Amino acid sequence: MVSVKRIVLDVLKPHQPNALEFSRAIAIVGDDYRVRLTVVEMDEKTETLQLEIEGDSVDIEAIESAISDMGASLHSIDQVEVLNQSMEG
Amino acid sequence: MSLLHQAKLLISISRTNDIVRRYFVVNGFDGALTMFGMIIGFLISATDELTVIMNACLGAAIALGMSGLSSAYVSEVAERKRALNKLEEAMITDLSDTAHGEAARWVPLWVALVNGAAPLLISLLILLPLWLAIAGFTFPVSPLYIAIAVAMILIFLLGVLLGRIADISWLRSGVQTLLVALVTGALIYLIAGN
Repeated sequence: MVSVKRIVLDVLKPHQPNALEFSRAIAIVGDDYRVRLTVVEMDEKTETLQLEIEGDSVDIEAIESAISDMGASLHSIDQVEVLNQSMEG
Repeated sequence: MSLLHQAKLLISISRTNDIVRRYFVVNGFDGALTMFGMIIGFLISATDELTVIMNACLGAAIALGMSGLSSAYVSEVAERKRALNKLEEAMITDLSDTAHGEAARWVPLWVALVNGAAPLLISLLILLPLWLAIAGFTFPVSPLYIAIAVAMILIFLLGVLLGRIADISWLRSGVQTLLVALVTGALIYLIAGN
């Protein structure tokens, strides 16, 4: 089975919710998600983020949905780490 | 996402807590001072018909509540819509189905409820002694004096709340609002009493 272990996203979001609330809302999407958020650029009404999410099986569609629910938009997927865990025997 | 978490998110992203707190104090003060003034007016008039006093004060309390509700709703809807439009321009996307869009729809309702409920509830608390007297409860003094005392306590407490918000002396802030009530009472006596 192929699963996504880590993704790095380029995201544009309004100032609210703030970085902490935004990260929490993303982390809630998966039981074992580890979220690392870096503010790359700050404008008058928006900020550009680098969002790194790690987990046993990262659900990119659910994350994208959580991002847009908070009024942010996913610009690009900058890095991906995928693992093929084939069943043995 | 749970309903509570969603509500917290909407209040947080719309920065509603500050506005709601301000509306509660400002309109609550309006309600308390209006009832205070009306009851002093009735005392000057030497009216002892409690039902008449009660109905007049209740009418004013309901009008204050409706005024607070409708004025806050109309102005908040306009403000939130304007803020959402500006944010949509910055994000270059439609935000109506996002938390920001939901906040623009729900926050005016929440703010309006607080703005309307604050003067109404505070007025009802002040009118409680009159209600009790009409229901047959006997006070050692006129219920109008007790209603005035309740109004002064509530006005003092609103001042205390303001002091805590501003992180200044709660006693000083409470006494300041109480002084406003005393000046109001003195003006009513001077103008209406003669």
